[in-house]
Amino acid sequence: MSAQIILATAADGLAKLDNYVKAGGYQALRKVLTEKMSADAIIAEVKASGLRGRGGAGFPTGLKWSFMPKNYDGVKYLVCNSDEGEPGTCKDRDILRYNPHVLIEGMAIAAYTMSVKAGYNYIHGEIFEAYEVMEAACEEARKAGYLGKNILGFDFEFDLHNHMGYGAYVCGEETALLESIEGKKGQPRFKPPFPASFGLYGKPTTINNTETFASIPYIICEGGQKFAELGVPNSGGIKLFSISGHVNNPGNFELPMGTPFKKLLELAGGVRNGHKLKAVIPGGSSMPVLPAEIMMDVNLDYDSLQKAGSYLGSGAVIVMDETTCMVKALERLSYFYFEESCGQCTPCREGTGWLYRIIHRIEHGEGKPEDLDLLLSLCDNIAGRTVCALGDAAAWPVQGMLKHFRKEFEYHIEHKRCLV
Amino acid sequence: MLSQQIITLIDKELKKYPADQRQSAVMAALRFVQDEKGWIAPDDMSDIAEYLGMPQMAVFEVATFYHMYNLKPMGQYTLTVCTNLSCQLCGSGDTLEHLHKRLGIGLGEVTANGKYGIREGECMGACVDAPMFSINNKQLCGRLTNEKIDQILAELDKQ
Repeated sequence: MSAQIILATAADGLAKLDNYVKAGGYQALRKVLTEKMSADAIIAEVKASGLRGRGGAGFPTGLKWSFMPKNYDGVKYLVCNSDEGEPGTCKDRDILRYNPHVLIEGMAIAAYTMSVKAGYNYIHGEIFEAYEVMEAACEEARKAGYLGKNILGFDFEFDLHNHMGYGAYVCGEETALLESIEGKKGQPRFKPPFPASFGLYGKPTTINNTETFASIPYIICEGGQKFAELGVPNSGGIKLFSISGHVNNPGNFELPMGTPFKKLLELAGGVRNGHKLKAVIPGGSSMPVLPAEIMMDVNLDYDSLQKAGSYLGSGAVIVMDETTCMVKALERLSYFYFEESCGQCTPCREGTGWLYRIIHRIEHGEGKPEDLDLLLSLCDNIAGRTVCALGDAAAWPVQGMLKHFRKEFEYHIEHKRCLV
Repeated sequence: MLSQQIITLIDKELKKYPADQRQSAVMAALRFVQDEKGWIAPDDMSDIAEYLGMPQMAVFEVATFYHMYNLKPMGQYTLTVCTNLSCQLCGSGDTLEHLHKRLGIGLGEVTANGKYGIREGECMGACVDAPMFSINNKQLCGRLTNEKIDQILAELDKQ
Protein backbone atom coordinates (compact mmCIF):
# COMPACT_ATOMS: atom_id res chain seq x y z
CA MET A 1 0.00 0.00 0.00
CA SER A 2 1.10 3.53 -0.65
CA ALA A 3 1.75 6.17 1.95
CA GLN A 4 -1.83 7.29 1.41
CA ILE A 5 -3.88 4.73 3.26
CA ILE A 6 -7.38 6.15 3.26
CA LEU A 7 -7.41 9.45 1.45
CA ALA A 8 -8.15 9.31 -2.26
CA THR A 9 -9.21 11.72 -4.97
CA ALA A 10 -11.74 11.42 -7.77
CA ALA A 11 -8.87 10.64 -10.15
CA ASP A 12 -8.04 7.44 -8.24
CA GLY A 13 -11.41 6.02 -9.30
CA LEU A 14 -11.64 3.89 -6.15
CA ALA A 15 -15.38 4.45 -5.85
CA LYS A 16 -15.70 1.72 -8.49
CA LEU A 17 -15.41 -1.73 -6.95
CA ASP A 18 -13.14 -3.13 -9.68
CA ASN A 19 -10.56 -0.42 -9.16
CA TYR A 20 -10.67 -0.82 -5.40
CA VAL A 21 -10.11 -4.57 -5.68
CA LYS A 22 -7.29 -4.05 -8.19
CA ALA A 23 -5.62 -1.69 -5.72
CA GLY A 24 -5.60 -4.46 -3.11
CA GLY A 25 -9.03 -3.80 -1.65
CA TYR A 26 -11.04 -6.39 0.28
CA GLN A 27 -7.87 -8.37 1.01
CA ALA A 28 -8.21 -7.64 4.71
CA LEU A 29 -11.77 -8.97 4.76
CA ARG A 30 -10.65 -12.02 2.79
CA LYS A 31 -7.84 -12.53 5.27
CA VAL A 32 -10.03 -12.56 8.39
CA LEU A 33 -12.50 -14.92 6.73
CA THR A 34 -9.92 -17.30 5.19
CA GLU A 35 -7.80 -17.46 8.30
CA LYS A 36 -10.93 -17.63 10.46
CA MET A 37 -9.39 -15.00 12.72
CA SER A 38 -10.96 -14.99 16.16
CA ALA A 39 -12.71 -11.91 17.49
CA ASP A 40 -10.15 -11.72 20.27
CA ALA A 41 -7.29 -11.77 17.77
CA ILE A 42 -8.81 -8.96 15.69
CA ILE A 43 -9.55 -6.85 18.76
CA ALA A 44 -5.99 -7.43 19.97
CA GLU A 45 -4.69 -6.21 16.61
CA VAL A 46 -6.88 -3.09 16.75
CA LYS A 47 -5.74 -2.42 20.32
CA ALA A 48 -2.10 -2.82 19.24
CA SER A 49 -2.67 -0.27 16.46
CA GLY A 50 -3.41 2.45 18.99
CA LEU A 51 -6.37 3.50 16.85
CA ARG A 52 -8.57 5.99 18.68
CA GLY A 53 -11.98 7.24 17.59
CA ARG A 54 -11.47 9.66 14.72
CA GLY A 55 -14.76 11.48 15.18
CA GLY A 56 -13.28 13.70 17.84
CA ALA A 57 -13.56 11.98 21.21
CA GLY A 58 -10.51 9.77 20.68
CA PHE A 59 -11.83 6.74 22.55
CA PRO A 60 -9.68 3.60 21.95
CA THR A 61 -11.42 1.62 19.20
CA GLY A 62 -10.31 -1.85 20.27
CA LEU A 63 -11.60 -1.23 23.77
CA LYS A 64 -14.95 -0.03 22.43
CA TRP A 65 -15.34 -3.17 20.35
CA SER A 66 -14.63 -5.33 23.40
CA PHE A 67 -17.68 -3.84 25.16
CA MET A 68 -20.11 -5.58 22.82
CA PRO A 69 -21.77 -8.59 24.47
CA LYS A 70 -20.36 -11.91 23.31
CA ASN A 71 -22.32 -15.15 23.11
CA TYR A 72 -25.45 -13.07 22.67
CA ASP A 73 -28.16 -14.61 20.55
CA GLY A 74 -30.23 -11.54 19.70
CA VAL A 75 -29.85 -8.88 17.05
CA LYS A 76 -26.88 -6.49 17.32
CA TYR A 77 -26.11 -3.44 15.20
CA LEU A 78 -23.09 -1.68 13.81
CA VAL A 79 -23.41 2.02 13.02
CA CYS A 80 -21.06 4.33 11.19
CA ASN A 81 -21.14 7.98 12.16
CA SER A 82 -20.68 9.92 8.91
CA ASP A 83 -22.66 12.87 10.25
CA GLU A 84 -19.74 15.17 9.87
CA GLY A 85 -20.98 18.59 10.92
CA GLU A 86 -18.36 19.93 13.31
CA PRO A 87 -17.42 23.20 11.63
CA GLY A 88 -14.07 22.84 9.89
CA THR A 89 -14.36 19.08 9.46
CA CYS A 90 -14.77 17.55 6.01
CA LYS A 91 -12.50 14.52 5.93
CA ASP A 92 -15.18 11.81 6.05
CA ARG A 93 -16.83 13.32 3.00
CA ASP A 94 -13.74 12.46 0.94
CA ILE A 95 -13.73 8.88 2.24
CA LEU A 96 -17.42 8.50 1.35
CA ARG A 97 -17.19 9.93 -2.14
CA TYR A 98 -13.70 8.84 -3.22
CA ASN A 99 -13.02 5.66 -1.23
CA PRO A 100 -16.35 4.18 -0.12
CA HIS A 101 -15.26 0.55 -0.24
CA VAL A 102 -12.55 1.02 2.37
CA LEU A 103 -15.37 2.00 4.73
CA ILE A 104 -17.55 -0.94 3.68
CA GLU A 105 -14.61 -3.31 4.14
CA GLY A 106 -13.74 -1.85 7.55
CA MET A 107 -17.35 -2.17 8.68
CA ALA A 108 -17.61 -5.73 7.39
CA ILE A 109 -14.52 -6.68 9.42
CA ALA A 110 -15.98 -4.96 12.49
CA ALA A 111 -19.28 -6.77 11.93
CA TYR A 112 -17.48 -10.11 11.68
CA THR A 113 -15.57 -9.34 14.88
CA MET A 114 -18.66 -8.46 16.88
CA SER A 115 -21.02 -10.97 15.20
CA VAL A 116 -23.27 -8.28 13.79
CA LYS A 117 -25.46 -8.82 10.74
CA ALA A 118 -26.86 -5.37 10.08
CA GLY A 119 -25.26 -1.97 9.88
CA TYR A 120 -26.22 1.61 9.12
CA ASN A 121 -24.12 4.43 7.82
CA TYR A 122 -25.58 7.76 8.94
CA ILE A 123 -24.55 10.43 6.44
CA HIS A 124 -24.56 14.21 6.95
CA GLY A 125 -27.60 15.53 5.08
CA GLU A 126 -25.73 18.31 3.32
CA ILE A 127 -23.51 16.00 1.28
CA PHE A 128 -26.03 14.31 -1.01
CA GLU A 129 -23.37 13.51 -3.58
CA ALA A 130 -21.51 11.38 -1.01
CA TYR A 131 -24.78 9.62 -0.10
CA GLU A 132 -25.34 8.69 -3.74
CA VAL A 133 -21.81 7.33 -4.07
CA MET A 134 -22.28 5.25 -0.92
CA GLU A 135 -25.63 3.91 -2.11
CA ALA A 136 -24.06 2.84 -5.40
CA ALA A 137 -21.00 1.36 -3.66
CA CYS A 138 -23.14 -0.71 -1.27
CA GLU A 139 -25.20 -1.98 -4.20
CA GLU A 140 -22.06 -2.93 -6.09
CA ALA A 141 -20.57 -4.64 -3.02
CA ARG A 142 -23.83 -6.54 -2.47
CA LYS A 143 -23.89 -7.81 -6.05
CA ALA A 144 -20.24 -8.89 -5.88
CA GLY A 145 -20.71 -10.78 -2.62
CA TYR A 146 -18.90 -8.41 -0.26
CA LEU A 147 -22.15 -7.60 1.53
CA GLY A 148 -25.20 -9.76 2.16
CA LYS A 149 -25.38 -13.47 2.92
CA ASN A 150 -22.42 -15.87 2.59
CA ILE A 151 -19.88 -13.11 2.06
CA LEU A 152 -17.05 -14.33 -0.19
CA GLY A 153 -18.55 -17.81 0.12
CA PHE A 154 -18.09 -17.99 3.88
CA ASP A 155 -20.72 -18.48 6.53
CA PHE A 156 -20.80 -14.78 7.32
CA GLU A 157 -23.67 -12.38 6.78
CA PHE A 158 -23.60 -8.60 6.97
CA ASP A 159 -25.62 -5.95 5.18
CA LEU A 160 -25.11 -2.22 5.26
CA HIS A 161 -27.59 0.58 4.57
CA ASN A 162 -27.15 4.31 4.30
CA HIS A 163 -29.37 6.67 6.26
CA MET A 164 -29.36 10.33 5.45
CA GLY A 165 -29.46 13.03 8.11
CA TYR A 166 -31.14 16.32 7.27
CA GLY A 167 -29.46 19.15 9.10
CA ALA A 168 -28.93 18.59 12.82
CA TYR A 169 -25.43 18.94 14.25
CA VAL A 170 -26.43 17.19 17.46
CA CYS A 171 -27.00 13.94 15.53
CA GLY A 172 -23.22 13.58 15.42
CA GLU A 173 -23.62 12.63 19.09
CA GLU A 174 -23.93 8.86 18.98
CA THR A 175 -27.17 8.38 20.89
CA ALA A 176 -28.87 11.30 19.10
CA LEU A 177 -27.82 9.61 15.89
CA LEU A 178 -29.51 6.39 17.00
CA GLU A 179 -32.70 8.28 17.83
CA SER A 180 -32.53 9.81 14.38
CA ILE A 181 -32.23 6.42 12.65
CA GLU A 182 -35.28 5.38 14.67
CA GLY A 183 -37.16 8.23 12.99
CA LYS A 184 -37.27 10.64 15.90
CA LYS A 185 -35.93 14.05 16.83
CA GLY A 186 -32.21 13.72 17.42
CA GLN A 187 -32.11 14.26 21.17
CA PRO A 188 -29.24 12.50 22.95
CA ARG A 189 -30.04 9.75 25.43
CA PHE A 190 -28.88 9.72 29.01
CA LYS A 191 -25.96 7.34 29.49
CA PRO A 192 -25.76 4.72 30.97
CA PRO A 193 -27.04 2.50 29.52
CA PHE A 194 -24.37 2.78 26.83
CA PRO A 195 -25.12 1.76 23.24
CA ALA A 196 -23.16 -1.49 23.66
CA SER A 197 -25.99 -2.68 25.89
CA PHE A 198 -28.93 -0.51 24.74
CA GLY A 199 -28.39 0.97 21.29
CA LEU A 200 -30.33 1.09 18.05
CA TYR A 201 -33.90 -0.19 18.55
CA GLY A 202 -32.75 -1.08 22.08
CA LYS A 203 -30.23 -3.64 20.82
CA PRO A 204 -26.47 -3.81 21.53
CA THR A 205 -24.80 -1.40 19.12
CA THR A 206 -21.31 -0.18 18.33
CA ILE A 207 -20.87 3.22 16.72
CA ASN A 208 -17.61 4.36 15.16
CA ASN A 209 -16.60 7.25 12.97
CA THR A 210 -16.11 6.81 9.21
CA GLU A 211 -12.35 7.34 9.33
CA THR A 212 -12.06 4.90 12.24
CA PHE A 213 -13.69 2.09 10.24
CA ALA A 214 -11.68 3.08 7.16
CA SER A 215 -8.43 2.55 9.11
CA ILE A 216 -9.28 -1.09 9.89
CA PRO A 217 -8.35 -2.80 6.56
CA TYR A 218 -4.80 -1.46 6.77
CA ILE A 219 -4.47 -2.60 10.38
CA ILE A 220 -5.61 -6.11 9.47
CA CYS A 221 -3.38 -6.38 6.38
CA GLU A 222 -0.24 -4.79 7.76
CA GLY A 223 -0.66 -5.42 11.47
CA GLY A 224 -1.59 -3.17 14.36
CA GLN A 225 2.03 -2.60 15.29
CA LYS A 226 2.89 -1.19 11.89
CA PHE A 227 -0.07 1.20 12.02
CA ALA A 228 0.90 2.33 15.52
CA GLU A 229 4.45 3.01 14.39
CA LEU A 230 3.24 5.40 11.71
CA GLY A 231 2.27 7.74 14.53
CA VAL A 232 3.64 8.58 17.94
CA PRO A 233 3.11 6.94 21.34
CA ASN A 234 -0.51 7.23 22.54
CA SER A 235 -1.55 8.57 19.09
CA GLY A 236 -1.16 5.63 16.78
CA GLY A 237 -1.31 5.74 13.03
CA ILE A 238 -2.10 8.26 10.37
CA LYS A 239 -4.91 10.79 10.49
CA LEU A 240 -6.85 12.90 8.05
CA PHE A 241 -6.61 16.63 8.66
CA SER A 242 -8.97 19.16 7.06
CA ILE A 243 -7.38 22.56 6.91
CA SER A 244 -9.69 25.47 6.08
CA GLY A 245 -9.99 29.21 6.57
CA HIS A 246 -7.20 31.64 5.76
CA VAL A 247 -4.79 29.39 3.84
CA ASN A 248 -3.80 29.48 0.18
CA ASN A 249 -4.60 25.85 -0.50
CA PRO A 250 -7.31 24.50 1.80
CA GLY A 251 -7.80 20.74 1.65
CA ASN A 252 -7.60 17.34 3.29
CA PHE A 253 -4.23 15.83 4.09
CA GLU A 254 -3.37 12.38 5.37
CA LEU A 255 -0.44 12.67 7.75
CA PRO A 256 1.23 10.68 10.50
CA MET A 257 0.04 11.55 13.99
CA GLY A 258 2.54 13.88 15.57
CA THR A 259 3.19 15.87 12.40
CA PRO A 260 4.12 19.46 13.30
CA PHE A 261 1.35 21.97 12.58
CA LYS A 262 3.98 24.00 10.73
CA LYS A 263 4.26 21.19 8.18
CA LEU A 264 0.49 21.04 7.63
CA LEU A 265 0.35 24.79 7.17
CA GLU A 266 3.12 24.51 4.60
CA LEU A 267 1.24 21.77 2.73
CA ALA A 268 -1.80 24.03 2.68
CA GLY A 269 0.26 26.71 0.93
CA GLY A 270 0.78 28.87 3.99
CA VAL A 271 -1.37 31.72 5.28
CA ARG A 272 -3.28 33.35 2.43
CA ASN A 273 -1.81 36.33 0.60
CA GLY A 274 1.31 36.31 2.74
CA HIS A 275 -0.62 37.46 5.82
CA LYS A 276 0.53 36.75 9.35
CA LEU A 277 -0.96 33.85 11.27
CA LYS A 278 -3.07 34.97 14.20
CA ALA A 279 -4.79 31.92 15.65
CA VAL A 280 -5.84 28.37 14.94
CA ILE A 281 -8.70 26.19 16.09
CA PRO A 282 -6.92 22.85 15.92
CA GLY A 283 -9.64 20.20 16.11
CA GLY A 284 -13.02 21.42 14.91
CA SER A 285 -14.93 24.47 16.12
CA SER A 286 -15.63 23.09 19.60
CA MET A 287 -11.98 22.94 20.55
CA PRO A 288 -10.35 25.90 22.32
CA VAL A 289 -8.54 28.30 20.00
CA LEU A 290 -4.74 28.64 20.26
CA PRO A 291 -2.68 31.70 19.32
CA ALA A 292 -0.10 31.50 16.50
CA GLU A 293 2.95 31.46 18.77
CA ILE A 294 1.72 28.29 20.51
CA MET A 295 0.51 26.61 17.31
CA MET A 296 3.74 27.08 15.40
CA ASP A 297 5.50 24.87 17.96
CA VAL A 298 2.83 22.25 18.41
CA ASN A 299 2.59 18.75 16.94
CA LEU A 300 -0.71 17.35 15.78
CA ASP A 301 -1.42 14.47 18.14
CA TYR A 302 -3.65 13.90 21.16
CA ASP A 303 -1.07 14.55 23.89
CA SER A 304 0.76 17.51 22.31
CA LEU A 305 -2.44 19.45 21.70
CA GLN A 306 -3.77 18.71 25.15
CA LYS A 307 -0.52 19.94 26.67
CA ALA A 308 -0.90 23.12 24.59
CA GLY A 309 -4.37 23.72 26.01
CA SER A 310 -6.63 22.38 23.31
CA TYR A 311 -7.53 19.05 21.70
CA LEU A 312 -6.95 17.15 18.47
CA GLY A 313 -10.71 16.61 18.14
CA SER A 314 -11.69 15.66 14.62
CA GLY A 315 -8.43 16.94 13.11
CA ALA A 316 -10.16 19.93 11.53
CA VAL A 317 -7.79 22.86 11.55
CA ILE A 318 -9.33 26.31 11.07
CA VAL A 319 -6.72 28.95 10.31
CA MET A 320 -7.26 32.64 11.09
CA ASP A 321 -4.93 35.37 9.90
CA GLU A 322 -4.19 38.79 11.38
CA THR A 323 -7.28 40.38 9.78
CA THR A 324 -9.66 38.19 11.81
CA CYS A 325 -11.86 39.81 14.43
CA MET A 326 -12.01 37.26 17.23
CA VAL A 327 -15.26 38.69 18.60
CA LYS A 328 -16.96 38.24 15.24
CA ALA A 329 -15.55 34.72 14.87
CA LEU A 330 -16.78 33.73 18.32
CA GLU A 331 -20.15 35.37 17.70
CA ARG A 332 -20.69 33.06 14.71
CA LEU A 333 -19.62 29.96 16.60
CA SER A 334 -21.85 30.80 19.55
CA TYR A 335 -24.78 31.32 17.21
CA PHE A 336 -24.12 27.86 15.81
CA TYR A 337 -24.32 26.12 19.21
CA PHE A 338 -27.39 28.16 20.15
CA GLU A 339 -29.05 27.17 16.87
CA GLU A 340 -28.06 23.51 17.20
CA SER A 341 -28.82 22.89 20.87
CA CYS A 342 -31.52 20.22 20.86
CA GLY A 343 -33.32 21.98 23.70
CA GLN A 344 -33.45 19.01 26.01
CA CYS A 345 -31.22 20.23 28.88
CA THR A 346 -31.89 23.63 30.41
CA PRO A 347 -28.23 24.68 30.93
CA CYS A 348 -27.51 24.18 27.22
CA ARG A 349 -30.83 25.38 25.77
CA GLU A 350 -30.84 28.61 27.80
CA GLY A 351 -27.09 28.97 28.25
CA THR A 352 -26.17 28.84 24.56
CA GLY A 353 -28.74 31.58 23.92
CA TRP A 354 -27.20 33.75 26.63
CA LEU A 355 -23.68 33.16 25.31
CA TYR A 356 -24.75 34.18 21.81
CA ARG A 357 -26.70 37.25 22.89
CA ILE A 358 -23.87 38.57 25.07
CA ILE A 359 -21.20 38.05 22.40
CA HIS A 360 -23.56 39.55 19.81
CA ARG A 361 -23.96 42.71 21.87
CA ILE A 362 -20.19 42.99 22.38
CA GLU A 363 -19.67 42.65 18.62
CA HIS A 364 -22.30 45.33 18.02
CA GLY A 365 -20.83 47.88 20.41
CA GLU A 366 -23.25 47.31 23.26
CA GLY A 367 -21.07 45.20 25.52
CA LYS A 368 -20.49 45.99 29.18
CA PRO A 369 -17.22 45.47 31.07
CA GLU A 370 -18.81 42.86 33.34
CA ASP A 371 -19.90 40.78 30.32
CA LEU A 372 -16.63 38.89 30.07
CA ASP A 373 -16.84 37.46 33.57
CA LEU A 374 -20.51 36.78 32.99
CA LEU A 375 -19.58 34.73 29.91
CA LEU A 376 -17.12 32.65 31.91
CA SER A 377 -19.63 32.08 34.68
CA LEU A 378 -22.18 30.97 32.07
CA CYS A 379 -19.65 28.52 30.66
CA ASP A 380 -19.15 27.03 34.12
CA ASN A 381 -22.87 26.56 34.40
CA ILE A 382 -23.21 24.80 31.05
CA ALA A 383 -20.17 22.56 30.69
CA GLY A 384 -20.50 19.21 32.40
CA ARG A 385 -24.14 19.82 33.32
CA THR A 386 -25.87 18.36 30.29
CA VAL A 387 -26.77 14.95 28.88
CA CYS A 388 -24.36 15.25 25.95
CA ALA A 389 -21.19 17.13 25.11
CA LEU A 390 -22.85 19.88 23.05
CA GLY A 391 -22.89 22.03 26.18
CA ASP A 392 -19.14 21.60 26.61
CA ALA A 393 -18.67 22.22 22.90
CA ALA A 394 -20.44 25.58 23.27
CA ALA A 395 -18.42 26.57 26.33
CA TRP A 396 -14.89 25.62 25.22
CA PRO A 397 -14.58 28.10 22.33
CA VAL A 398 -15.69 30.94 24.63
CA GLN A 399 -13.23 29.93 27.34
CA GLY A 400 -10.42 29.54 24.80
CA MET A 401 -11.06 32.92 23.21
CA LEU A 402 -11.20 34.72 26.56
CA LYS A 403 -8.06 32.97 27.75
CA HIS A 404 -5.95 34.05 24.79
CA PHE A 405 -7.71 37.08 23.28
CA ARG A 406 -9.41 38.75 26.23
CA LYS A 407 -7.78 42.08 25.36
CA GLU A 408 -9.52 42.11 22.02
CA PHE A 409 -12.89 41.64 23.70
CA GLU A 410 -12.10 44.38 26.21
CA TYR A 411 -11.14 46.72 23.36
CA HIS A 412 -14.44 45.98 21.64
CA ILE A 413 -16.39 46.79 24.79
CA GLU A 414 -14.46 49.97 25.53
CA HIS A 415 -14.15 51.40 22.00
CA LYS A 416 -17.27 49.86 20.46
CA ARG A 417 -15.27 48.74 17.48
CA CYS A 418 -12.76 46.21 16.25
CA LEU A 419 -9.10 46.06 17.14
CA VAL A 420 -8.22 44.69 13.69
CA MET B 1 -52.13 12.34 -1.10
CA LEU B 2 -48.62 11.02 -1.54
CA SER B 3 -47.83 10.51 -5.20
CA GLN B 4 -47.13 7.05 -6.55
CA GLN B 5 -43.55 8.08 -7.12
CA ILE B 6 -43.11 9.05 -3.47
CA ILE B 7 -44.75 5.82 -2.29
CA THR B 8 -42.35 3.81 -4.45
CA LEU B 9 -39.36 5.69 -3.02
CA ILE B 10 -40.58 5.25 0.56
CA ASP B 11 -41.16 1.52 0.00
CA LYS B 12 -37.60 1.18 -1.24
CA GLU B 13 -36.34 3.02 1.83
CA LEU B 14 -38.44 0.84 4.17
CA LYS B 15 -36.51 -2.22 3.03
CA LYS B 16 -33.46 -0.86 4.85
CA TYR B 17 -35.10 -1.20 8.27
CA PRO B 18 -36.67 -4.02 10.30
CA ALA B 19 -40.30 -4.57 9.25
CA ASP B 20 -41.62 -3.31 12.59
CA GLN B 21 -39.60 -0.07 12.40
CA ARG B 22 -41.45 1.82 9.66
CA GLN B 23 -40.89 5.12 11.49
CA SER B 24 -37.20 4.90 10.53
CA ALA B 25 -38.19 5.96 7.01
CA VAL B 26 -39.80 9.23 8.13
CA MET B 27 -36.76 11.41 7.41
CA ALA B 28 -36.48 10.02 3.90
CA ALA B 29 -40.23 10.33 3.32
CA LEU B 30 -40.16 14.03 4.23
CA ARG B 31 -37.18 14.51 1.94
CA PHE B 32 -39.00 12.87 -0.98
CA VAL B 33 -42.01 15.15 -0.50
CA GLN B 34 -39.74 18.19 -0.45
CA ASP B 35 -37.90 17.01 -3.57
CA GLU B 36 -41.22 16.74 -5.40
CA LYS B 37 -43.10 19.78 -4.11
CA GLY B 38 -40.33 22.08 -2.90
CA TRP B 39 -41.72 22.19 0.63
CA ILE B 40 -43.64 20.16 3.17
CA ALA B 41 -47.18 21.15 4.12
CA PRO B 42 -49.04 19.91 7.22
CA ASP B 43 -51.22 17.73 4.97
CA ASP B 44 -48.11 15.98 3.66
CA MET B 45 -47.08 15.25 7.23
CA SER B 46 -50.49 13.68 7.92
CA ASP B 47 -50.16 11.53 4.81
CA ILE B 48 -46.70 10.36 5.84
CA ALA B 49 -47.91 9.65 9.37
CA GLU B 50 -50.72 7.53 8.03
CA TYR B 51 -48.51 5.66 5.59
CA LEU B 52 -45.82 4.87 8.16
CA GLY B 53 -48.27 4.22 10.97
CA MET B 54 -46.95 6.83 13.37
CA PRO B 55 -48.56 9.78 15.17
CA GLN B 56 -48.88 12.94 13.11
CA MET B 57 -47.21 14.87 15.92
CA ALA B 58 -44.14 12.62 15.68
CA VAL B 59 -43.79 13.51 11.98
CA PHE B 60 -44.19 17.20 12.82
CA GLU B 61 -41.47 16.89 15.48
CA VAL B 62 -39.04 15.48 12.95
CA ALA B 63 -39.93 17.99 10.23
CA THR B 64 -39.36 20.91 12.60
CA PHE B 65 -36.23 19.51 14.29
CA TYR B 66 -34.06 19.06 11.20
CA HIS B 67 -33.12 22.33 9.52
CA MET B 68 -33.06 21.25 5.90
CA TYR B 69 -36.79 20.69 5.58
CA ASN B 70 -38.65 23.61 4.02
CA LEU B 71 -41.81 24.23 5.99
CA LYS B 72 -42.91 26.96 3.58
CA PRO B 73 -42.36 27.40 -0.17
CA MET B 74 -38.73 28.38 -0.72
CA GLY B 75 -38.69 28.81 -4.49
CA GLN B 76 -37.96 26.45 -7.34
CA TYR B 77 -34.29 26.68 -6.40
CA THR B 78 -33.47 27.00 -2.73
CA LEU B 79 -29.95 28.30 -2.28
CA THR B 80 -28.71 27.46 1.21
CA VAL B 81 -25.67 29.54 2.07
CA CYS B 82 -23.31 28.28 4.75
CA THR B 83 -22.25 31.15 7.01
CA ASN B 84 -20.36 29.14 9.61
CA LEU B 85 -16.80 29.98 10.62
CA SER B 86 -14.69 28.55 7.76
CA CYS B 87 -17.12 30.02 5.23
CA GLN B 88 -17.30 33.32 7.10
CA LEU B 89 -13.49 33.57 7.05
CA CYS B 90 -13.55 32.92 3.31
CA GLY B 91 -16.22 35.49 2.51
CA SER B 92 -19.71 34.02 2.93
CA GLY B 93 -20.78 37.55 3.83
CA ASP B 94 -19.87 38.64 0.29
CA THR B 95 -21.74 35.61 -1.12
CA LEU B 96 -24.91 36.68 0.66
CA GLU B 97 -24.47 40.29 -0.38
CA HIS B 98 -23.96 39.33 -4.02
CA LEU B 99 -27.03 37.06 -4.00
CA HIS B 100 -29.00 39.86 -2.39
CA LYS B 101 -27.87 42.26 -5.11
CA ARG B 102 -28.59 39.82 -7.92
CA LEU B 103 -31.89 38.43 -6.68
CA GLY B 104 -33.20 41.29 -4.59
CA ILE B 105 -33.99 39.03 -1.65
CA GLY B 106 -32.48 38.33 1.75
CA LEU B 107 -32.34 35.29 4.00
CA GLY B 108 -35.59 33.37 4.27
CA GLU B 109 -37.10 35.18 1.27
CA VAL B 110 -38.25 34.06 -2.18
CA THR B 111 -38.11 36.05 -5.44
CA ALA B 112 -41.46 37.37 -6.70
CA ASN B 113 -41.43 34.92 -9.62
CA GLY B 114 -40.97 32.04 -7.22
CA LYS B 115 -37.77 30.94 -8.87
CA TYR B 116 -35.21 31.47 -6.10
CA GLY B 117 -35.16 31.36 -2.33
CA ILE B 118 -32.25 31.91 0.04
CA ARG B 119 -31.72 30.13 3.32
CA GLU B 120 -28.91 30.29 5.85
CA GLY B 121 -27.29 26.93 6.44
CA GLU B 122 -25.10 25.49 9.12
CA CYS B 123 -21.84 23.68 8.45
CA MET B 124 -22.15 21.52 5.35
CA GLY B 125 -19.05 19.48 6.11
CA ALA B 126 -17.19 20.68 3.04
CA CYS B 127 -15.22 23.52 4.66
CA VAL B 128 -12.18 23.24 2.39
CA ASP B 129 -14.44 24.47 -0.45
CA ALA B 130 -15.61 27.60 1.41
CA PRO B 131 -17.54 29.74 0.71
CA MET B 132 -20.43 27.71 -0.60
CA PHE B 133 -24.14 27.21 -1.07
CA SER B 134 -26.22 24.19 -1.90
CA ILE B 135 -28.96 24.05 -4.52
CA ASN B 136 -32.08 22.26 -3.30
CA ASN B 137 -29.95 20.29 -0.81
CA LYS B 138 -28.62 18.25 -3.71
CA GLN B 139 -25.69 20.04 -5.25
CA LEU B 140 -22.92 21.81 -3.36
CA CYS B 141 -21.32 24.76 -5.14
CA GLY B 142 -18.06 25.75 -3.50
CA ARG B 143 -15.16 28.19 -3.76
CA LEU B 144 -17.70 30.80 -4.82
CA THR B 145 -16.73 34.13 -6.32
CA ASN B 146 -19.13 36.73 -7.69
CA GLU B 147 -18.33 35.54 -11.23
CA LYS B 148 -18.98 31.92 -10.31
CA ILE B 149 -22.28 32.83 -8.65
CA ASP B 150 -23.31 34.73 -11.81
CA GLN B 151 -22.51 31.68 -13.94
CA ILE B 152 -24.52 29.36 -11.70
CA LEU B 153 -27.49 31.74 -11.73
CA ALA B 154 -27.28 32.07 -15.52
CA GLU B 155 -27.43 28.28 -15.83
CA LEU B 156 -30.40 28.06 -13.48
CA ASP B 157 -32.16 30.93 -15.28
CA LYS B 158 -32.16 28.84 -18.45
CA GLN B 159 -33.86 25.88 -16.77
